[in-house]
Amino acid sequence: MGGGILALALSILVAVTLGPADVSLVNVRDVLLNHLGLADIPVRLSKNAIVWEERLPRALVAAACGAGLGLCGVIMQSLLRNPLADPFVLGISSGASTGAVIVGVLGVGGAALGLSGGAFIGSLVAFGLVLLLARLSGGNNDRIILAGVASTQLFSALTSFFIFAFADSDETRGVMFWLLGSLEGVRWDDVTLCAVVVFCGTAVCLHFAYVLDAFSFGDDVAASLGISVAKVRLLLLVVTAIITATLVSVAGAIGFVGLVLPHAARFLVGPRHSRLIPATALMGAVFMVWVDAVSRVAFAPTPLPVGVGTALVGVPAFIVILSRRRRTQ
Amino acid sequence: MTLRADSVTWNRGGALVVDGVTVTPEQGETVGLLGPNGSGKSSLLRLLNGVVRPTAGVVTLDGDDLAAVRRKEIARAVAVVSQHADTDVDITVRDVVRLGRIPHRGTFGGNPTADDAAVAAALAHTGLTSKADRLWHRLSGGEKQRVQIARALAQEPRELLLDEPTNHLDIHHQLELLALVTRLPVTSVIALHDLNLAAMFCDTVIVLKEGRVVAGGTPAEVLTAELIAQVYNVRAEVLIDQAKGRLSILFEPGPIPVPTH
Repeated sequence: MGGGILALALSILVAVTLGPADVSLVNVRDVLLNHLGLADIPVRLSKNAIVWEERLPRALVAAACGAGLGLCGVIMQSLLRNPLADPFVLGISSGASTGAVIVGVLGVGGAALGLSGGAFIGSLVAFGLVLLLARLSGGNNDRIILAGVASTQLFSALTSFFIFAFADSDETRGVMFWLLGSLEGVRWDDVTLCAVVVFCGTAVCLHFAYVLDAFSFGDDVAASLGISVAKVRLLLLVVTAIITATLVSVAGAIGFVGLVLPHAARFLVGPRHSRLIPATALMGAVFMVWVDAVSRVAFAPTPLPVGVGTALVGVPAFIVILSRRRRTQ
Repeated sequence: MTLRADSVTWNRGGALVVDGVTVTPEQGETVGLLGPNGSGKSSLLRLLNGVVRPTAGVVTLDGDDLAAVRRKEIARAVAVVSQHADTDVDITVRDVVRLGRIPHRGTFGGNPTADDAAVAAALAHTGLTSKADRLWHRLSGGEKQRVQIARALAQEPRELLLDEPTNHLDIHHQLELLALVTRLPVTSVIALHDLNLAAMFCDTVIVLKEGRVVAGGTPAEVLTAELIAQVYNVRAEVLIDQAKGRLSILFEPGPIPVPTH
Protein backbone atom coordinates (compact mmCIF):
# COMPACT_ATOMS: atom_id res chain seq x y z
CA MET A 1 0.00 0.00 0.00
CA GLY A 2 2.66 2.51 1.09
CA GLY A 3 4.88 1.13 -1.65
CA GLY A 4 2.11 1.65 -4.17
CA ILE A 5 1.64 5.29 -3.21
CA LEU A 6 5.39 5.85 -3.41
CA ALA A 7 5.52 4.17 -6.83
CA LEU A 8 2.67 6.38 -8.02
CA ALA A 9 4.34 9.57 -6.79
CA LEU A 10 7.65 8.60 -8.42
CA SER A 11 5.90 7.62 -11.65
CA ILE A 12 4.18 10.99 -11.85
CA LEU A 13 7.43 12.87 -11.17
CA VAL A 14 9.36 10.91 -13.79
CA ALA A 15 6.52 11.06 -16.32
CA VAL A 16 6.51 14.84 -16.03
CA THR A 17 10.16 14.98 -17.12
CA LEU A 18 9.44 13.02 -20.31
CA GLY A 19 8.62 14.80 -23.53
CA PRO A 20 10.07 16.88 -26.33
CA ALA A 21 10.94 19.84 -24.10
CA ASP A 22 13.81 19.06 -21.75
CA VAL A 23 12.77 19.11 -18.09
CA SER A 24 14.81 17.56 -15.28
CA LEU A 25 13.62 16.05 -12.00
CA VAL A 26 15.26 18.99 -10.24
CA ASN A 27 13.15 21.38 -12.34
CA VAL A 28 10.02 19.43 -11.42
CA ARG A 29 10.93 19.58 -7.74
CA ASP A 30 11.57 23.32 -7.91
CA VAL A 31 8.31 24.03 -9.74
CA LEU A 32 6.36 21.93 -7.25
CA LEU A 33 7.95 23.58 -4.22
CA ASN A 34 7.30 27.03 -5.70
CA HIS A 35 3.66 26.34 -6.35
CA LEU A 36 3.11 24.74 -2.98
CA GLY A 37 4.53 27.93 -1.47
CA LEU A 38 7.39 26.08 0.21
CA ALA A 39 10.19 27.78 -1.68
CA ASP A 40 10.93 30.53 -4.14
CA ILE A 41 13.44 29.03 -6.54
CA PRO A 42 13.98 30.78 -9.85
CA VAL A 43 12.79 28.53 -12.71
CA ARG A 44 12.60 29.43 -16.39
CA LEU A 45 9.06 30.53 -17.25
CA SER A 46 8.77 28.10 -20.15
CA LYS A 47 9.72 25.17 -17.95
CA ASN A 48 7.32 26.30 -15.27
CA ALA A 49 4.53 26.46 -17.84
CA ILE A 50 5.33 23.04 -19.30
CA VAL A 51 5.45 21.36 -15.90
CA TRP A 52 2.66 23.18 -14.11
CA GLU A 53 0.22 23.93 -16.91
CA GLU A 54 0.72 20.94 -19.17
CA ARG A 55 2.42 17.82 -17.99
CA LEU A 56 1.54 17.72 -14.29
CA PRO A 57 -2.24 18.13 -14.70
CA ARG A 58 -2.10 15.62 -17.50
CA ALA A 59 -0.23 13.05 -15.38
CA LEU A 60 -2.63 13.60 -12.49
CA VAL A 61 -5.70 13.14 -14.68
CA ALA A 62 -4.09 10.02 -16.14
CA ALA A 63 -3.58 8.70 -12.60
CA ALA A 64 -7.17 9.50 -11.64
CA CYS A 65 -8.47 7.80 -14.79
CA GLY A 66 -6.42 4.68 -14.19
CA ALA A 67 -7.46 4.49 -10.55
CA GLY A 68 -11.13 5.22 -11.25
CA LEU A 69 -11.49 2.86 -14.23
CA GLY A 70 -9.66 0.07 -12.38
CA LEU A 71 -11.89 0.61 -9.37
CA CYS A 72 -15.05 0.52 -11.49
CA GLY A 73 -13.81 -2.68 -13.14
CA VAL A 74 -13.38 -4.39 -9.76
CA ILE A 75 -16.83 -3.34 -8.64
CA MET A 76 -18.56 -4.43 -11.84
CA GLN A 77 -16.76 -7.77 -12.00
CA SER A 78 -17.53 -8.62 -8.38
CA LEU A 79 -21.05 -7.25 -8.32
CA LEU A 80 -22.14 -8.88 -11.57
CA ARG A 81 -19.94 -11.96 -11.02
CA ASN A 82 -18.58 -11.75 -14.52
CA PRO A 83 -14.84 -11.61 -15.24
CA LEU A 84 -15.52 -9.82 -18.53
CA ALA A 85 -17.47 -6.97 -16.97
CA ASP A 86 -15.79 -3.57 -17.21
CA PRO A 87 -16.75 0.04 -16.49
CA PHE A 88 -18.31 0.31 -19.93
CA VAL A 89 -20.51 -2.79 -19.62
CA LEU A 90 -23.45 -0.56 -18.68
CA GLY A 91 -23.39 1.17 -22.05
CA ILE A 92 -21.73 4.21 -20.54
CA SER A 93 -19.05 4.77 -23.17
CA SER A 94 -21.40 4.41 -26.11
CA GLY A 95 -23.88 6.72 -24.41
CA ALA A 96 -21.04 9.17 -23.96
CA SER A 97 -20.16 8.97 -27.68
CA THR A 98 -23.72 9.68 -28.66
CA GLY A 99 -23.90 12.60 -26.26
CA ALA A 100 -20.60 13.99 -27.54
CA VAL A 101 -21.66 13.59 -31.14
CA ILE A 102 -24.96 15.32 -30.55
CA VAL A 103 -23.10 18.27 -29.11
CA GLY A 104 -20.06 18.20 -31.42
CA VAL A 105 -21.80 17.47 -34.71
CA LEU A 106 -25.37 18.66 -34.32
CA GLY A 107 -24.35 21.62 -32.17
CA VAL A 108 -27.03 20.97 -29.56
CA GLY A 109 -26.17 22.78 -26.35
CA GLY A 110 -23.27 24.50 -28.06
CA ALA A 111 -20.29 25.89 -26.23
CA ALA A 112 -21.97 25.93 -22.84
CA LEU A 113 -22.21 22.16 -22.78
CA GLY A 114 -19.14 21.19 -24.78
CA LEU A 115 -18.15 17.66 -25.79
CA SER A 116 -17.56 16.78 -22.13
CA GLY A 117 -20.96 17.93 -20.96
CA GLY A 118 -22.66 16.09 -23.82
CA ALA A 119 -20.71 12.94 -23.01
CA PHE A 120 -21.58 13.12 -19.32
CA ILE A 121 -25.29 13.51 -20.01
CA GLY A 122 -25.21 10.83 -22.72
CA SER A 123 -23.57 8.31 -20.44
CA LEU A 124 -26.05 8.85 -17.65
CA VAL A 125 -28.96 8.52 -20.09
CA ALA A 126 -27.50 5.23 -21.34
CA PHE A 127 -27.01 4.02 -17.76
CA GLY A 128 -30.62 4.90 -16.91
CA LEU A 129 -31.82 2.99 -19.95
CA VAL A 130 -29.77 -0.06 -18.92
CA LEU A 131 -31.22 -0.02 -15.42
CA LEU A 132 -34.72 0.30 -16.82
CA LEU A 133 -34.22 -2.56 -19.29
CA ALA A 134 -32.64 -4.73 -16.60
CA ARG A 135 -35.50 -4.04 -14.24
CA LEU A 136 -38.12 -4.85 -16.87
CA SER A 137 -36.42 -8.17 -17.57
CA GLY A 138 -36.06 -9.34 -13.99
CA GLY A 139 -32.99 -7.56 -12.70
CA ASN A 140 -30.50 -10.38 -12.23
CA ASN A 141 -26.83 -10.10 -13.17
CA ASP A 142 -27.02 -11.63 -16.61
CA ARG A 143 -29.95 -9.41 -17.50
CA ILE A 144 -28.01 -6.32 -16.47
CA ILE A 145 -25.15 -7.36 -18.74
CA LEU A 146 -27.56 -8.17 -21.60
CA ALA A 147 -29.26 -4.81 -21.14
CA GLY A 148 -25.81 -3.18 -21.24
CA VAL A 149 -24.92 -4.97 -24.47
CA ALA A 150 -28.24 -4.00 -26.06
CA SER A 151 -27.88 -0.39 -25.05
CA THR A 152 -24.25 -0.29 -26.23
CA GLN A 153 -25.38 -1.46 -29.67
CA LEU A 154 -28.20 1.07 -29.75
CA PHE A 155 -26.03 4.04 -28.83
CA SER A 156 -23.20 2.98 -31.17
CA ALA A 157 -25.72 2.85 -33.98
CA LEU A 158 -27.06 6.28 -33.03
CA THR A 159 -23.51 7.66 -32.98
CA SER A 160 -22.76 6.27 -36.44
CA PHE A 161 -26.08 7.52 -37.71
CA PHE A 162 -25.44 11.10 -36.59
CA ILE A 163 -21.92 11.03 -38.01
CA PHE A 164 -23.01 9.64 -41.39
CA ALA A 165 -26.03 11.89 -41.69
CA PHE A 166 -24.68 15.19 -40.44
CA ALA A 167 -20.93 15.36 -39.86
CA ASP A 168 -18.20 16.65 -42.14
CA SER A 169 -14.83 14.92 -42.02
CA ASP A 170 -13.18 17.39 -39.62
CA GLU A 171 -15.94 17.08 -37.08
CA THR A 172 -15.84 13.32 -37.38
CA ARG A 173 -12.11 13.22 -36.85
CA GLY A 174 -12.32 15.47 -33.81
CA VAL A 175 -15.04 13.43 -32.19
CA MET A 176 -13.44 10.08 -33.01
CA PHE A 177 -10.06 11.16 -31.64
CA TRP A 178 -11.68 12.30 -28.45
CA LEU A 179 -13.69 9.09 -28.15
CA LEU A 180 -10.58 6.92 -28.37
CA GLY A 181 -9.39 8.50 -25.19
CA SER A 182 -7.29 11.59 -25.12
CA LEU A 183 -5.63 13.55 -22.36
CA GLU A 184 -4.71 16.45 -24.65
CA GLY A 185 -5.22 19.83 -23.07
CA VAL A 186 -6.56 18.80 -19.66
CA ARG A 187 -6.49 21.61 -17.12
CA TRP A 188 -6.41 21.91 -13.34
CA ASP A 189 -10.24 22.09 -13.31
CA ASP A 190 -10.25 18.59 -14.78
CA VAL A 191 -7.72 17.41 -12.19
CA THR A 192 -9.88 18.66 -9.34
CA LEU A 193 -13.06 17.15 -10.78
CA CYS A 194 -11.52 13.74 -11.48
CA ALA A 195 -9.63 13.60 -8.19
CA VAL A 196 -12.68 14.46 -6.10
CA VAL A 197 -14.93 11.97 -7.89
CA VAL A 198 -12.38 9.15 -7.85
CA PHE A 199 -11.43 9.78 -4.23
CA CYS A 200 -15.04 9.84 -3.01
CA GLY A 201 -15.91 6.82 -5.15
CA THR A 202 -12.98 4.86 -3.73
CA ALA A 203 -14.00 5.77 -0.19
CA VAL A 204 -17.59 4.56 -0.77
CA CYS A 205 -16.41 1.32 -2.37
CA LEU A 206 -13.90 0.66 0.41
CA HIS A 207 -16.70 1.08 2.92
CA PHE A 208 -18.59 -1.63 1.01
CA ALA A 209 -15.56 -3.89 0.54
CA TYR A 210 -16.99 -6.58 2.80
CA VAL A 211 -20.29 -6.44 0.91
CA LEU A 212 -18.46 -7.12 -2.34
CA ASP A 213 -16.79 -10.11 -0.65
CA ALA A 214 -20.26 -11.38 0.24
CA PHE A 215 -21.24 -11.36 -3.44
CA SER A 216 -18.55 -13.89 -4.35
CA PHE A 217 -21.02 -16.79 -4.03
CA GLY A 218 -23.91 -14.99 -5.68
CA ASP A 219 -26.93 -12.94 -4.70
CA ASP A 220 -28.63 -15.60 -2.57
CA VAL A 221 -25.60 -16.22 -0.40
CA ALA A 222 -25.08 -12.46 -0.10
CA ALA A 223 -28.70 -12.07 1.02
CA SER A 224 -28.32 -14.87 3.55
CA LEU A 225 -25.27 -13.05 4.92
CA GLY A 226 -27.44 -10.06 5.72
CA ILE A 227 -26.84 -7.92 2.63
CA SER A 228 -29.75 -5.97 1.14
CA VAL A 229 -28.79 -7.14 -2.32
CA ALA A 230 -30.99 -4.95 -4.52
CA LYS A 231 -30.28 -1.76 -2.58
CA VAL A 232 -26.51 -2.26 -2.41
CA ARG A 233 -26.28 -3.25 -6.05
CA LEU A 234 -28.13 -0.15 -7.20
CA LEU A 235 -25.98 2.09 -5.00
CA LEU A 236 -22.70 0.62 -6.25
CA LEU A 237 -23.87 0.68 -9.88
CA VAL A 238 -24.73 4.36 -9.51
CA VAL A 239 -21.31 5.07 -7.97
CA THR A 240 -19.49 3.34 -10.83
CA ALA A 241 -21.71 5.08 -13.39
CA ILE A 242 -20.89 8.51 -11.97
CA ILE A 243 -17.15 7.78 -11.82
CA THR A 244 -17.11 6.36 -15.35
CA ALA A 245 -19.25 9.14 -16.79
CA THR A 246 -17.02 11.79 -15.22
CA LEU A 247 -13.81 10.18 -16.49
CA VAL A 248 -15.25 9.60 -19.96
CA SER A 249 -16.39 13.20 -20.15
CA VAL A 250 -12.86 14.40 -19.34
CA ALA A 251 -10.68 11.87 -21.14
CA GLY A 252 -12.87 9.89 -23.52
CA ALA A 253 -13.47 6.15 -23.42
CA ILE A 254 -10.19 4.62 -22.32
CA GLY A 255 -10.62 0.90 -22.75
CA PHE A 256 -8.78 -2.06 -21.29
CA VAL A 257 -7.77 -0.58 -17.92
CA GLY A 258 -11.06 -1.39 -16.24
CA LEU A 259 -11.23 -4.85 -17.74
CA VAL A 260 -7.72 -6.08 -17.08
CA LEU A 261 -6.22 -4.21 -14.13
CA PRO A 262 -8.60 -5.86 -11.63
CA HIS A 263 -7.41 -9.29 -12.79
CA ALA A 264 -3.78 -8.27 -12.47
CA ALA A 265 -4.42 -6.90 -8.99
CA ARG A 266 -6.30 -10.04 -7.93
CA PHE A 267 -3.29 -12.03 -9.03
CA LEU A 268 -1.07 -9.96 -6.75
CA VAL A 269 -3.15 -9.43 -3.61
CA GLY A 270 -5.94 -12.02 -3.75
CA PRO A 271 -9.70 -11.59 -3.90
CA ARG A 272 -10.46 -9.78 -0.62
CA HIS A 273 -11.81 -6.37 -1.53
CA SER A 274 -10.35 -4.50 1.41
CA ARG A 275 -6.95 -5.12 -0.26
CA LEU A 276 -8.08 -5.52 -3.84
CA ILE A 277 -9.75 -2.10 -4.14
CA PRO A 278 -6.73 0.01 -3.10
CA ALA A 279 -4.37 -2.29 -5.02
CA THR A 280 -6.35 -1.98 -8.25
CA ALA A 281 -6.70 1.78 -7.89
CA LEU A 282 -2.96 2.25 -7.33
CA MET A 283 -1.93 -0.16 -10.10
CA GLY A 284 -4.39 1.46 -12.49
CA ALA A 285 -3.03 4.90 -11.66
CA VAL A 286 0.63 3.90 -12.16
CA PHE A 287 -0.23 2.02 -15.35
CA MET A 288 -2.08 4.96 -16.89
CA VAL A 289 0.60 7.48 -15.97
CA TRP A 290 3.19 5.41 -17.83
CA VAL A 291 0.98 4.58 -20.79
CA ASP A 292 0.15 8.25 -21.19
CA ALA A 293 3.80 9.24 -20.93
CA VAL A 294 4.78 6.65 -23.53
CA SER A 295 2.00 7.51 -25.96
CA ARG A 296 2.89 11.19 -25.59
CA VAL A 297 6.58 10.65 -26.31
CA ALA A 298 6.78 7.65 -28.63
CA PHE A 299 5.11 9.19 -31.68
CA ALA A 300 5.87 12.83 -30.94
CA PRO A 301 4.89 15.24 -32.28
CA THR A 302 1.81 13.21 -33.35
CA PRO A 303 0.01 12.24 -30.16
CA LEU A 304 -1.32 8.68 -29.93
CA PRO A 305 -4.80 8.42 -28.37
CA VAL A 306 -4.15 7.08 -24.90
CA GLY A 307 -6.89 4.47 -25.30
CA VAL A 308 -4.87 2.96 -28.13
CA GLY A 309 -1.78 3.02 -25.93
CA THR A 310 -3.49 1.24 -23.02
CA ALA A 311 -4.38 -1.70 -25.22
CA LEU A 312 -1.03 -1.84 -27.04
CA VAL A 313 0.94 -1.79 -23.80
CA GLY A 314 -1.59 -3.62 -21.68
CA VAL A 315 -2.42 -6.68 -23.74
CA PRO A 316 1.14 -8.08 -23.81
CA ALA A 317 1.48 -7.38 -20.09
CA PHE A 318 -1.77 -9.18 -19.45
CA ILE A 319 -0.71 -12.20 -21.49
CA VAL A 320 2.43 -12.46 -19.35
CA ILE A 321 0.33 -12.35 -16.18
CA LEU A 322 -2.11 -14.97 -17.45
CA SER A 323 0.58 -17.41 -18.47
CA ARG A 324 2.52 -16.96 -15.21
CA ARG A 325 -0.64 -17.51 -13.28
CA ARG A 326 -1.29 -20.72 -15.12
CA ARG A 327 2.16 -21.97 -14.26
CA THR A 328 1.72 -21.30 -10.55
CA GLN A 329 -1.57 -23.17 -10.39
CA MET B 1 -39.30 -19.03 20.33
CA THR B 2 -37.47 -19.49 17.09
CA LEU B 3 -38.10 -19.37 13.37
CA ARG B 4 -41.56 -20.49 12.30
CA ALA B 5 -43.84 -20.27 9.32
CA ASP B 6 -47.52 -19.79 9.96
CA SER B 7 -49.81 -20.85 7.08
CA VAL B 8 -47.54 -19.17 4.52
CA THR B 9 -48.54 -18.96 0.89
CA TRP B 10 -46.33 -17.79 -1.93
CA ASN B 11 -47.78 -16.92 -5.28
CA ARG B 12 -45.05 -16.59 -7.91
CA GLY B 13 -46.34 -15.03 -11.12
CA GLY B 14 -49.80 -16.59 -10.72
CA ALA B 15 -48.53 -20.04 -9.72
CA LEU B 16 -49.18 -21.13 -6.16
CA VAL B 17 -45.74 -22.45 -5.20
CA VAL B 18 -46.30 -22.70 -1.47
CA ASP B 19 -49.88 -23.06 -0.24
CA GLY B 20 -50.74 -22.53 3.40
CA VAL B 21 -47.75 -24.26 4.97
CA THR B 22 -47.07 -24.17 8.69
CA VAL B 23 -43.63 -25.17 10.03
CA THR B 24 -42.84 -24.96 13.74
CA PRO B 25 -39.51 -26.62 14.45
CA GLU B 26 -38.60 -27.34 18.07
CA GLN B 27 -35.32 -25.94 19.26
CA GLY B 28 -32.37 -28.17 18.35
CA GLU B 29 -34.51 -30.40 16.16
CA THR B 30 -33.63 -31.63 12.67
CA VAL B 31 -36.60 -31.24 10.36
CA GLY B 32 -36.66 -32.92 6.95
CA LEU B 33 -38.57 -31.30 4.09
CA LEU B 34 -39.59 -34.03 1.67
CA GLY B 35 -41.54 -34.09 -1.56
CA PRO B 36 -41.04 -34.56 -5.29
CA ASN B 37 -39.34 -32.03 -7.57
CA GLY B 38 -41.29 -28.80 -7.74
CA SER B 39 -43.26 -29.52 -4.56
CA GLY B 40 -42.14 -26.22 -3.01
CA LYS B 41 -39.27 -27.35 -0.73
CA SER B 42 -36.76 -24.78 -1.96
CA SER B 43 -39.40 -22.06 -2.08
CA LEU B 44 -40.36 -22.77 1.51
CA LEU B 45 -36.72 -22.45 2.52
CA ARG B 46 -36.51 -19.11 0.71
CA LEU B 47 -39.59 -17.94 2.59
CA LEU B 48 -38.06 -19.08 5.90
CA ASN B 49 -34.91 -17.11 5.09
CA GLY B 50 -36.86 -13.98 4.20
CA VAL B 51 -35.35 -13.77 0.70
CA VAL B 52 -38.91 -13.72 -0.62
CA ARG B 53 -41.99 -12.49 1.21
CA PRO B 54 -45.06 -14.68 1.55
CA THR B 55 -48.19 -13.51 -0.28
CA ALA B 56 -50.24 -14.63 2.70
CA GLY B 57 -49.39 -15.91 6.16
CA VAL B 58 -46.36 -14.89 8.13
CA VAL B 59 -42.84 -16.10 8.88
CA THR B 60 -41.68 -15.07 12.35
CA LEU B 61 -38.30 -14.96 14.05
CA ASP B 62 -38.69 -14.91 17.84
CA GLY B 63 -42.25 -13.77 17.31
CA ASP B 64 -41.39 -10.83 15.01
CA ASP B 65 -42.59 -10.75 11.41
CA LEU B 66 -39.51 -11.53 9.29
CA ALA B 67 -40.48 -8.75 6.86
CA ALA B 68 -39.91 -6.22 9.66
CA VAL B 69 -36.55 -7.64 10.81
CA ARG B 70 -33.38 -6.16 9.31
CA ARG B 71 -31.52 -8.50 6.95
CA LYS B 72 -28.46 -8.36 9.15
CA GLU B 73 -30.47 -9.43 12.20
CA ILE B 74 -31.92 -12.33 10.25
CA ALA B 75 -28.44 -13.36 9.13
CA ARG B 76 -27.23 -13.43 12.73
CA ALA B 77 -29.90 -15.98 13.59
CA VAL B 78 -30.49 -17.92 10.38
CA ALA B 79 -27.78 -19.38 8.12
CA VAL B 80 -28.43 -20.94 4.73
CA VAL B 81 -26.56 -23.58 2.76
CA SER B 82 -27.94 -23.62 -0.75
CA GLN B 83 -27.70 -26.25 -3.41
CA HIS B 84 -25.14 -24.89 -5.78
CA ALA B 85 -23.14 -22.08 -4.25
CA ASP B 86 -20.05 -21.74 -6.41
CA THR B 87 -17.59 -19.07 -7.41
CA ASP B 88 -14.88 -18.37 -9.97
CA VAL B 89 -12.92 -16.35 -7.44
CA ASP B 90 -9.57 -17.78 -6.29
CA ILE B 91 -10.61 -17.79 -2.65
CA THR B 92 -9.21 -19.91 0.18
CA VAL B 93 -11.29 -22.12 2.44
CA ARG B 94 -10.55 -19.84 5.38
CA ASP B 95 -11.76 -16.77 3.48
CA VAL B 96 -14.98 -18.52 2.46
CA VAL B 97 -15.63 -19.44 6.08
CA ARG B 98 -14.79 -15.87 7.13
CA LEU B 99 -17.68 -14.63 4.94
CA GLY B 100 -19.91 -16.02 7.69
CA ARG B 101 -18.70 -13.24 9.97
CA ILE B 102 -20.15 -10.49 7.75
CA PRO B 103 -23.48 -10.26 9.60
CA HIS B 104 -21.58 -9.70 12.85
CA ARG B 105 -19.76 -6.62 11.58
CA GLY B 106 -20.58 -3.29 13.13
CA THR B 107 -20.60 -0.08 11.12
CA PHE B 108 -16.85 0.32 11.43
CA GLY B 109 -15.70 -3.26 11.06
CA GLY B 110 -15.73 -6.52 12.95
CA ASN B 111 -14.20 -7.78 16.16
CA PRO B 112 -11.10 -9.61 14.89
CA THR B 113 -10.69 -11.79 17.99
CA ALA B 114 -14.28 -13.02 17.95
CA ASP B 115 -14.14 -13.46 14.17
CA ASP B 116 -10.94 -15.51 14.25
CA ALA B 117 -12.31 -17.66 17.07
CA ALA B 118 -15.58 -18.32 15.25
CA VAL B 119 -13.77 -19.15 12.00
CA ALA B 120 -11.37 -21.51 13.80
CA ALA B 121 -14.25 -23.22 15.62
CA ALA B 122 -16.25 -23.64 12.42
CA LEU B 123 -13.22 -25.11 10.62
CA ALA B 124 -12.56 -27.49 13.50
CA HIS B 125 -16.20 -28.56 13.71
CA THR B 126 -16.25 -29.51 10.04
CA GLY B 127 -12.82 -31.13 10.06
CA LEU B 128 -11.39 -28.53 7.70
CA THR B 129 -8.67 -27.02 9.87
CA SER B 130 -5.89 -28.70 7.91
CA LYS B 131 -7.44 -27.55 4.61
CA ALA B 132 -7.97 -23.92 5.63
CA ASP B 133 -5.42 -22.59 3.13
CA ARG B 134 -6.57 -24.69 0.18
CA LEU B 135 -8.21 -22.93 -2.75
CA TRP B 136 -11.95 -23.36 -3.22
CA HIS B 137 -11.81 -24.51 -6.83
CA ARG B 138 -9.44 -27.33 -5.92
CA LEU B 139 -11.87 -28.95 -3.46
CA SER B 140 -14.05 -31.96 -4.18
CA GLY B 141 -17.84 -31.61 -4.17
CA GLY B 142 -18.09 -33.03 -0.65
CA GLU B 143 -15.43 -30.68 0.66
CA LYS B 144 -17.15 -27.71 -0.95
CA GLN B 145 -20.40 -28.56 0.81
CA ARG B 146 -18.55 -28.91 4.09
CA VAL B 147 -16.92 -25.51 3.56
CA GLN B 148 -20.34 -23.96 2.98
CA ILE B 149 -21.56 -25.54 6.20
CA ALA B 150 -18.48 -24.21 8.00
CA ARG B 151 -19.27 -20.77 6.58
CA ALA B 152 -22.83 -21.09 7.88
CA LEU B 153 -21.49 -22.16 11.30
CA ALA B 154 -19.19 -19.14 11.44
CA GLN B 155 -22.40 -17.10 11.32
CA GLU B 156 -23.13 -18.64 14.76
CA PRO B 157 -26.78 -19.11 13.83
CA ARG B 158 -29.56 -20.66 15.85
CA GLU B 159 -31.24 -21.98 12.73
CA LEU B 160 -29.68 -23.68 9.76
CA LEU B 161 -31.55 -24.05 6.47
CA LEU B 162 -30.10 -26.56 3.99
CA ASP B 163 -31.36 -27.11 0.46
CA GLU B 164 -30.52 -30.64 -0.70
CA PRO B 165 -27.03 -30.53 0.78
CA THR B 166 -26.28 -34.14 -0.19
CA ASN B 167 -26.85 -33.63 -3.93
CA HIS B 168 -23.93 -34.89 -6.01
CA LEU B 169 -22.19 -36.45 -3.01
CA ASP B 170 -21.21 -40.09 -2.79
CA ILE B 171 -22.85 -42.17 -0.08
CA HIS B 172 -19.95 -41.83 2.35
CA HIS B 173 -20.04 -38.05 2.13
CA GLN B 174 -23.86 -37.99 2.30
CA LEU B 175 -23.80 -39.85 5.61
CA GLU B 176 -20.88 -37.86 6.94
CA LEU B 177 -22.48 -34.52 6.07
CA LEU B 178 -25.86 -35.28 7.60
CA ALA B 179 -24.22 -36.74 10.71
CA LEU B 180 -22.32 -33.47 11.01
CA VAL B 181 -25.46 -31.36 10.60
CA THR B 182 -27.50 -33.34 13.13
CA ARG B 183 -24.64 -33.13 15.67
CA LEU B 184 -24.69 -29.33 15.55
CA PRO B 185 -26.40 -27.56 18.43
CA VAL B 186 -28.79 -25.72 16.09
CA THR B 187 -32.27 -26.19 14.71
CA SER B 188 -31.95 -27.42 11.14
CA VAL B 189 -34.47 -27.56 8.33
CA ILE B 190 -33.19 -29.73 5.48
CA ALA B 191 -34.76 -30.24 2.09
CA LEU B 192 -33.95 -33.83 1.11
CA HIS B 193 -34.65 -36.17 -1.77
CA ASP B 194 -33.46 -39.39 -0.19
CA LEU B 195 -36.18 -40.82 2.06
CA ASN B 196 -33.79 -43.26 3.72
CA LEU B 197 -31.45 -40.44 4.71
CA ALA B 198 -34.44 -38.51 6.04
CA ALA B 199 -35.55 -41.54 8.06
CA MET B 200 -32.04 -41.97 9.41
CA PHE B 201 -31.24 -38.37 10.42
CA CYS B 202 -34.41 -36.33 10.88
CA ASP B 203 -36.36 -36.00 14.13
CA THR B 204 -39.45 -34.99 12.21
CA VAL B 205 -40.30 -34.78 8.53
CA ILE B 206 -42.76 -32.65 6.58
CA VAL B 207 -43.96 -33.96 3.23
CA LEU B 208 -44.96 -31.44 0.58
CA LYS B 209 -46.85 -32.00 -2.63
CA GLU B 210 -47.80 -29.19 -5.01
CA GLY B 211 -46.99 -26.64 -2.34
CA ARG B 212 -49.18 -28.20 0.36
CA VAL B 213 -48.27 -30.22 3.45
CA VAL B 214 -49.63 -33.72 3.03
CA ALA B 215 -48.09 -35.22 6.16
CA GLY B 216 -45.92 -34.31 9.13
CA GLY B 217 -44.51 -36.14 12.13
CA THR B 218 -41.73 -38.56 12.99
CA PRO B 219 -40.29 -40.49 10.05
CA ALA B 220 -41.90 -43.71 11.33
CA GLU B 221 -45.34 -42.08 11.45
CA VAL B 222 -45.09 -40.38 8.10
CA LEU B 223 -43.09 -42.55 5.76
CA THR B 224 -45.54 -45.34 5.00
CA ALA B 225 -45.94 -47.27 1.76
CA GLU B 226 -49.32 -45.57 1.21
CA LEU B 227 -47.93 -42.07 1.59
CA ILE B 228 -44.97 -42.78 -0.68
CA ALA B 229 -47.36 -44.13 -3.32
CA GLN B 230 -49.60 -41.09 -2.96
CA VAL B 231 -46.85 -38.45 -3.04
CA TYR B 232 -44.15 -39.90 -5.26
CA ASN B 233 -46.28 -42.27 -7.32
CA VAL B 234 -43.84 -45.09 -6.55
CA ARG B 235 -44.27 -48.55 -5.03
CA ALA B 236 -42.28 -49.00 -1.85
CA GLU B 237 -41.85 -51.41 1.00
CA VAL B 238 -41.08 -49.91 4.39
CA LEU B 239 -39.12 -52.16 6.74
CA ILE B 240 -38.72 -51.37 10.41
CA ASP B 241 -35.56 -52.52 12.10
CA GLN B 242 -36.84 -52.85 15.66
CA ALA B 243 -33.37 -53.40 17.14
CA LYS B 244 -32.02 -50.13 15.76
CA GLY B 245 -35.42 -48.45 15.78
CA ARG B 246 -34.96 -47.34 12.20
CA LEU B 247 -36.80 -47.43 8.91
CA SER B 248 -35.47 -48.59 5.63
CA ILE B 249 -37.42 -48.03 2.48
CA LEU B 250 -37.13 -50.34 -0.51
CA PHE B 251 -38.45 -49.16 -3.84
CA GLU B 252 -40.05 -51.40 -6.47
CA PRO B 253 -39.79 -50.69 -10.15
CA GLY B 254 -42.89 -50.48 -12.29
CA PRO B 255 -46.16 -48.62 -12.01
CA ILE B 256 -48.46 -48.62 -9.04
CA PRO B 257 -51.27 -51.12 -9.52
CA VAL B 258 -54.59 -49.35 -9.99
CA PRO B 259 -56.69 -49.99 -6.90
CA THR B 260 -59.77 -52.08 -7.66
CA HIS B 261 -63.05 -51.03 -6.11
